[in-house]
Amino acid sequence: MDFSFNDEQQMLLDSTRRFIAERYDFEHRNHVRATADGWSRDVWKQFGELGLLAINIPEADGGIGAGSVGTMLVSNAMGEGLLLEPFLSSAVLATHAIVQLGSAQQRGDWLPALATGESIAVLAHDEASTRFDVMHIETQAVRSGDGWRITGRKSLVYHAPAANLLLVSARVDKEIGLFAVPTDAAGVTLLPRTTVDEQRAADIVLDNVAAAASARLGEDVREALQVVLDQGLAALCAEAFGAMDRILAATIEYSRSRVQFGVPIGSFQALQHRMAEMLMHLEQARSMSYLATLRCTDTDPVARRTALSAAKVLMGQAARYIGQQAVQLHGGMGMTDELEVSHYFKRLLAFELRCGTTDEHLAVYHQQIR
Amino acid sequence: MDLDFSTVELAFRDEVRQFLAAELPADIRDRIVRGDHSHVREDTIRWQKILHAKGWGAPAWPVEFGGTGWSKTQQYIFETECALADAPAQLAFGIKMVAPVLMRYGSTEQQNRFLPRIRAADDWWCQGYSEPGSGSDLASLKMKAERDGDEYVLNGQKAWNTLGHFADWIFCLVRTDSSAKPQKGISFLLIDMKTSGITVRPTKLLDGSFEVNEIWFDNVRVPVTNRVGDENEGWTYAKFLLGHERTNIAGIGWSKRELRRLKSDSAKVSKDGRSLLEDPVFGGRIAQVEIELTALEITNMRVIFDEAAKKAPGPEASMLKIRGTEIMQRISELQMELLGASALAYAHDSDDSRATASYLNLRKLTIFGGSNEIQRNIIAHMILKL
Ligand SMILES: Cc1cc2nc3c(=O)[nH]c(=O)nc-3n(C[C@H](O)[C@H](O)[C@H](O)COP(=O)(O)OP(=O)(O)OC[C@H]3O[C@@H](n4cnc5c(N)ncnc54)[C@H](O)[C@@H]3O)c2cc1C
Repeated sequence: MDFSFNDEQQMLLDSTRRFIAERYDFEHRNHVRATADGWSRDVWKQFGELGLLAINIPEADGGIGAGSVGTMLVSNAMGEGLLLEPFLSSAVLATHAIVQLGSAQQRGDWLPALATGESIAVLAHDEASTRFDVMHIETQAVRSGDGWRITGRKSLVYHAPAANLLLVSARVDKEIGLFAVPTDAAGVTLLPRTTVDEQRAADIVLDNVAAAASARLGEDVREALQVVLDQGLAALCAEAFGAMDRILAATIEYSRSRVQFGVPIGSFQALQHRMAEMLMHLEQARSMSYLATLRCTDTDPVARRTALSAAKVLMGQAARYIGQQAVQLHGGMGMTDELEVSHYFKRLLAFELRCGTTDEHLAVYHQQIR
Repeated sequence: MDLDFSTVELAFRDEVRQFLAAELPADIRDRIVRGDHSHVREDTIRWQKILHAKGWGAPAWPVEFGGTGWSKTQQYIFETECALADAPAQLAFGIKMVAPVLMRYGSTEQQNRFLPRIRAADDWWCQGYSEPGSGSDLASLKMKAERDGDEYVLNGQKAWNTLGHFADWIFCLVRTDSSAKPQKGISFLLIDMKTSGITVRPTKLLDGSFEVNEIWFDNVRVPVTNRVGDENEGWTYAKFLLGHERTNIAGIGWSKRELRRLKSDSAKVSKDGRSLLEDPVFGGRIAQVEIELTALEITNMRVIFDEAAKKAPGPEASMLKIRGTEIMQRISELQMELLGASALAYAHDSDDSRATASYLNLRKLTIFGGSNEIQRNIIAHMILKL
């Protein structure tokens, strides 16, 4: 048992935090979210220079290989800063998919550009039909000459508008295949959406899209894809923890400075108890974020699934309580777009709904224990 | 004892239902159903004028002021049926807030001047109580009104004025004596929003909506005749207003309507071969909130019954406010949970985002109108005498 971070991990956390504090304060974020893209290419390039986009690429493939703990710590910082860049989408989910499923050739073709930030990839898996069964997809790939033709519809893929490469899951008879499709391929249509936490996403319509034989990653990826999704979920949990940590800190700070009835509102015991409750939720969430991080690569699928679903359930509930109470304790100011608190609140709401909702993961967990 | 409405009350309910079926314009109803706020001003005014033409413009006012003379139970039935029929809510600031104060404390001239125009939706009123530094602690308000002959000169700022950008008039609490105890130096003023020196600035809320405003007053001159009651007695009138109009504080009609929607929507989402309404986990949560609503509805009726029996209005209103807003928020959570990941895509004022928009916006319910923490303080002090 060891809950400490080693020097490299601590350095990774510190340097990411420092970068965000210097380059990505709330004012800058307001500027970024108002741009047409809704994220900053400039920041993204600097992430590449700092090596943050290579932390999930093994050293053998020219990356840094910082492991799940490294990813957790960087994700913590991304959540603390409410970053809008496709770190989770490209540098975690898509990168893991390519690392774990790609051939040497494919890894060599795609990973270097992902590591510098020149290229952005997203995993396009979710569909309307995956809600209660993650692997139930309707998108189909059929053989056509040497290659494939893909048809289907993917829902709300975070950062798809930023990506030049889509990793599309599709049914191949009874198997699930994964195909790399350029975003500008003929037959691909992106329907842009903004999410409740003001990130950019898209529904993706694939109409008889051609993919070469060399575009397929691995064979039947059903099991492997679940591992990738679990690694992404662990990173999402870490990001949510960062947001929870900050929104509680902001609330405590506000309760010290806001005066009503001649005293700081933080002196009211009713509010002290509320913040004590928020802290307990936060610490339970931290424990579960560690669990998710340390189990997301577990080769035992049952141990992995139960751990990840348990983490998502408890952290989703913590996110709701902490988020709602933070708004409540800020009074009217908590309702405004002006303060950070509402933006953390919406990020935490998105966390509850993303990568399987609290209810959906409770059902998965229940499935495993019965 | 009897839990049911009398035959007379049931006949009244049918009359209200028939009226709503015949008179509520389809386009207005459609916007309420879709949660489309783009026509709030026009729809509220149009609907108020229809009610006014029927003689139902001011359900709670006494007949001598042009009200209906309905009993509290009838008022409750009316409001609940209106909500269930997807009618717009009447604008409370005029009809339910400033009007009762004018009827009780205003001069005859003020009553004649303002009340008919409120009932006929000729004037839009907004409420100017809160300030940036004075929310829960309202009595600490700072906006200054200095006497200059027949006028007051106003300087300061109000905050959170709901729909103030549509307002013709605002009723404000202002400080007329800074030397007295906070509650003692406050006066109640009626201010024409067209007066020079008033600036209205919208506040963007977390859901992307613009429904509240900040209002600045820079040497705004208001005739002394626009003061209600006595100088420095405004706090008494404000407190009177807070204790008033409790029949609908719990939002029972809204909750019943939205619960009905939640049930029919959840019957359409299927999981493992059955609907989410049939799903023991999700359906169970709907059942839970319905049970809580049933209890609150009966509690609400008990309060109405006591009021009708002329028992003094008590702090039970705090309980109706707390539980009522909790239930409304719970229903909005379930409406969002029903959508799962599709609740993530968000565009303010898009039909698809109705549930998410409502979840975000309704966080306000436990903050305004005396926050739920303040209401619990009232229960502790006034009922428990702690
Ligand atoms: C959407 C919206 C619409 C509004 N519309 C209007 C309007 O039309 N006109 C108008 O005048 N005002 C309006 N308000 C203002 C509203 O009345 C205030 O927001 C409310 O009174 C709370 O004040 P505050 O925002 O300053 O919060 P604060 O008073 O600063 O409260 C912050 C937190 O501290 C808690 N708190 C404060 N005192 C205590 C205590 N003694 N014990 C325990 N907890 C305490 C509060 O409950 C809250 O959680 C509106 C507000 C909102 C959000």
